[in-house]
Amino acid sequence: MAGVTRLIAARVGMGLVTLVVISALLFFATDLLPGDVAAALLGPQATPEALATIRATLSLGDPAGMRYVHWLVGVLHGDFGRSLATGRSVVTVLLPRFANTLALAGLAALVSVPLALGLGLAAAMRPGGRLDRLVSTLCLVTISVPEFFIGYLLILIFSVQLGWLPSLAVLSGGMSFVQRLGAVTLPVITLVLVVLAHMLRMTRAALLSVMAAPYIETALLKGLRRRTVVLRHALPNAAAPIIAVIALNLGYLVVGVVVVEVVFVYPGAGQLMVDAVGKRDLPLVQACGLAFATTYVILNLIADVVAILVNPRLRAA
Amino acid sequence: MSPPLERRDFLRAAALCGTAGALGGIASLSGCAVPDGSGDTTGMLRIGMAGGSTSDSLDPRTYVDWMPINIGYQLMNGLVEIDDQGRAVPELLESWEPQGDARVWTFTLRQGIVFHNGKSLTPEDVIYSLNLHRGHTPSAAQAVVENIVGLRKLDARRIEITLQGADAELPATLSDYRLLVVPDGFADWAHPIGTGAYTLEVFEPGVRCITRKVGGYWKPNAGHVEAIQVLGIGDAIARTNALISGQVDVINRIDGRTADLLRRNSRFQVIRSQTGQYAVFAMNCEAEPYAKADIRLALKYAIDRERLLKTLLNGYGMVGNDQPIPPNNPYFATDLARHAYDPDQARHHLRNAGREGLEVTLEVSDAAFFGALDAAILYQAAAKEAGITLNVRRRPADGYWSAVWMQAPFCGSYSDGRTTVDAAFAKAYKSTSASNETRWHRPEFDRLANLARGELDPARRRELYGVCQHMICDDGGALIPLFMDHIEAGSDKVRGWKPSAIYDLMGQRIGERVWLA
Repeated sequence: MAGVTRLIAARVGMGLVTLVVISALLFFATDLLPGDVAAALLGPQATPEALATIRATLSLGDPAGMRYVHWLVGVLHGDFGRSLATGRSVVTVLLPRFANTLALAGLAALVSVPLALGLGLAAAMRPGGRLDRLVSTLCLVTISVPEFFIGYLLILIFSVQLGWLPSLAVLSGGMSFVQRLGAVTLPVITLVLVVLAHMLRMTRAALLSVMAAPYIETALLKGLRRRTVVLRHALPNAAAPIIAVIALNLGYLVVGVVVVEVVFVYPGAGQLMVDAVGKRDLPLVQACGLAFATTYVILNLIADVVAILVNPRLRAA
Repeated sequence: MSPPLERRDFLRAAALCGTAGALGGIASLSGCAVPDGSGDTTGMLRIGMAGGSTSDSLDPRTYVDWMPINIGYQLMNGLVEIDDQGRAVPELLESWEPQGDARVWTFTLRQGIVFHNGKSLTPEDVIYSLNLHRGHTPSAAQAVVENIVGLRKLDARRIEITLQGADAELPATLSDYRLLVVPDGFADWAHPIGTGAYTLEVFEPGVRCITRKVGGYWKPNAGHVEAIQVLGIGDAIARTNALISGQVDVINRIDGRTADLLRRNSRFQVIRSQTGQYAVFAMNCEAEPYAKADIRLALKYAIDRERLLKTLLNGYGMVGNDQPIPPNNPYFATDLARHAYDPDQARHHLRNAGREGLEVTLEVSDAAFFGALDAAILYQAAAKEAGITLNVRRRPADGYWSAVWMQAPFCGSYSDGRTTVDAAFAKAYKSTSASNETRWHRPEFDRLANLARGELDPARRRELYGVCQHMICDDGGALIPLFMDHIEAGSDKVRGWKPSAIYDLMGQRIGERVWLA
């Protein structure tokens, strides 16, 4: 087990380095964009005097490098700064929105991961069978249609025509758990359809490639049931790529869903980051970027560790 | 100067009194002041609107987008109101009088107005609220009030405003949506205190806002609903879906095609406002080849405006004629040369300039105005007939106003309608304007426009403004192909809803003006 601990420690260290690099990239890339927060806030009708007043208040005149170092020192002390646009603390702005994003992603993952694994396994049991063909067609459809279109289609059917579910996923303090669940049902279904195909196809493909190995043939020839062969002998060896793909899709559920947020007017962190970039609100952009990057780093870390734990050969190494 | 009781409103109120009397036996007169007949404020008005962002604040100095402006008008009152005919009528300022040459004005405050915190409205409050936008300030409204050089209290209910240049329409200028009144010294913008019909309950910037009615609102015939919820819905399809599935009562900013579809369903109403909002392709008059007047005219004759109106806006607009005053404005000059689509005329001007086979590049993004990219492509095809090669360069929407606008010599832009002709001229046509996007500097125009602004005789003012419009139309660098209507839609349960004279959603004051059936 010491190997695993060392591995985790190494991965955490690399993750931290990644985050610092990302924060620098984000900061200087956003700085390259035309315009600054003053121009973005006041719009085309700004007078030069008003622009100068805002710039002076926010010390935008300082060189970018200096502002970055200031920011980095602040973050290391746990201070993410204040939004340039509103003066509110970045943490209080970001936390509720990021929690919303995680809740939506979590629900979608709870539904999509078991579904993808189950259907993938079932399809791999009988390649070319009726279920396999049905699942393959479903995958092709959902993977070929852009996610906003799936969203609009679901709204058209379930909100506009049938009137069963709301088209706006608006959450508010006074809502009960059941009401919240109802509000996010359509976005969750959309997200499930978006990420399902990738995980499902990978499960099926990884299993089938292992199934072609000679030791599987041996297992089958000695009279084991196909089901046992798939679950006991094939699945552990196929797990690594499946886990990697699941991690990738879970990451996507957190950071890549801004389009779904827009379609369903869901107050998540993606829309927050888009707004922040539009207003050149650097501290907020930085915080969103770091939150997203951390999510990816953590998910990949978990995926690596789990892949090692389920595979005895990797565990020994 | 108190708002006249509309004949229609009186008849309706009278009719409702009759009904109430027949049903209940007793109809008190005060109960009939509210047009919904019950005298109660009921229901929650739910507005789904574009124009919100996470960076929104309720500080009036920061208002550049529509969601905070709409909320601002629920919480606070302005100095002067624009009625649905476009006239400046009293709000917190009850009456006004120019002294002599419209350079010094006396304003009288309405009496008996109380802020939400119980404080009475005084001249100090008005002066403080105006000064928020003057001098060393981050206010987006600085340009609106920079003509004010003196501001002082005369007595307990009057203030005096001294201007640098005379302005016969100062009351209309003071109707700007950022000139809202808060108590003297107030600075807690997270919880604004105003004199409006509603107080703030929940505000999540760009996402959601809920306000609730305060008792005893001073304005008669206003503030009919118990609460208002404003949701920020940036996506046009999501807004329409929210209306159709009954999650909101009112939405703004829909396109002509959606309006035509909603019109077919009797559950919905579509409100169309001709407010003078216009699209413009701006040419830099100081850059080659646009410095030549003939080139500008050739480009103006090479665009098919009728076709743009039909295909781009589904007819929801008016053809523009390269000057910013719309045909429905009382000051509109009716005798302007029409710049209709005329390839021969365009060729003629190109020959005059010695630039046949002209090649120019137009830079656009849909950030410039609704459908700007499509408009540019249609323009490209029409200009080809006149022998002009028009290259369309698509630029990203993000950062468009910093990187392209006022930088590219020929680019797309837009303007909202303005309350006064002077405001329209001051925005982009006077030499002194920071946003003179065509860099069209004509001292004679500046002189005439300022003369007209201070002219108290309406007939003479109209004449002067006519000359100004001729100058922009014939010589200016603004190619204004279209005036674009504001189109909004809502449930048929929303009553008292009328087209706006300025901006949309009844000049953003829909919250206190409509009621629910």
